[in-house]
Amino acid sequence: MPDTTITLDVFRFQPDGGGHARRSTDGPTFKAYRVPYHEHWVVLDALNWIKDELDGTLSYRWSCRMGVCGSCGMMVNGVPKLTCAAFLKDYYPGTIRVEPLTYFAVERDLIVDMDGFLGKLKSVKPWLIRENEKPVDEGEYLQSPNELASFKQYSMCINCLLCYAACPVVGAEEDFIGPAALAIAQRYNLDSRDQGAAERADALSADEGAWGCTFVGECSEVCPKNVDPAGAIQRVKVDNVKDWYRKLLMPWGHR
Amino acid sequence: MKQRYGTPLGPTWFLGRAAYRRFMAREATAFAMAVFLVYLLLWLRSLGQGYTAYGQMIELAKHPISVFVHGLIFGAVLYHSATWFNLTPKIMPMYVAEEKVPDFWAAIIMGYLPCVAVTTVVLWAVLRSAG
Repeated sequence: MPDTTITLDVFRFQPDGGGHARRSTDGPTFKAYRVPYHEHWVVLDALNWIKDELDGTLSYRWSCRMGVCGSCGMMVNGVPKLTCAAFLKDYYPGTIRVEPLTYFAVERDLIVDMDGFLGKLKSVKPWLIRENEKPVDEGEYLQSPNELASFKQYSMCINCLLCYAACPVVGAEEDFIGPAALAIAQRYNLDSRDQGAAERADALSADEGAWGCTFVGECSEVCPKNVDPAGAIQRVKVDNVKDWYRKLLMPWGHR
Repeated sequence: MKQRYGTPLGPTWFLGRAAYRRFMAREATAFAMAVFLVYLLLWLRSLGQGYTAYGQMIELAKHPISVFVHGLIFGAVLYHSATWFNLTPKIMPMYVAEEKVPDFWAAIIMGYLPCVAVTTVVLWAVLRSAG
């Protein structure tokens, strides 16, 4: 081990007792690991080192190591981060506290249960909806660069769930659809090729939809892809209000 | 149902993080606005009650505590307004000739400028009639 080390205080929870002598009734604990300190290492490198060298029972999700896959989101010193982009040097020489994303149920160690989110994502129908699907041999739906620019930012989401762990409304209201799913819904509503806004309207305008958001804005701060879910959700609200007035003033209109 | 980590949120949930504290400051300063509106209603009521009641309100308003509270409320309302002006471009992105206007300028154009303009007109009208 090199001279310089850094300590990671890692959240451990093994419902089946894991390799430890703990029973499933035991609550989560923290375990401190001393790992070599390298300036170019990120928290994920340190976790991989722990798993390889110190404790093979440590469980966590990761894949690409380059901020694309969105698997390695965890709380690093209380802030939701992609651990592949959280450099040890930003915390050195302090201890780094690593926890699973907050407001989610924990499956094991640093792995959270994503099922609730996946259900919410599905509820906003995040795909292109056409009134009449045109046959494949007629080619693709064309789009101008400006039309693309109007939603591109919101399409950069990698479903890493950092925004959920940053959102106190998610913590308070389990059914709140949440930042990413709402931003993705708005992404499709803004897409010139999509005609499904009416089908998404019920989910978006529900209390658990955009109106659950109190605009804390922290989702946009922690987003590694600059999606700005907070902005997207406020725009959903604006569209929602416009629709409401349109229906009120023009009840004969079909939307 | 599995227990979600970090829940339930306690009454002091917002103290742990600077961003949450800023959010609460933004929301809480709205109460100052509400207090001032109630105060305005009291002025209206005293107007309806006649000259003596209105005079009493004026005396009350001149009291040092009243001046101090007015200062506090004014500060809170300024803060509250500024936070919302700064957020407006996020809610309503501004486009000129299909180019997005930077948030900084959009906030000035949509929030601060109209606010200063209206305030100037009101001040001008009030001071002219007072002078």
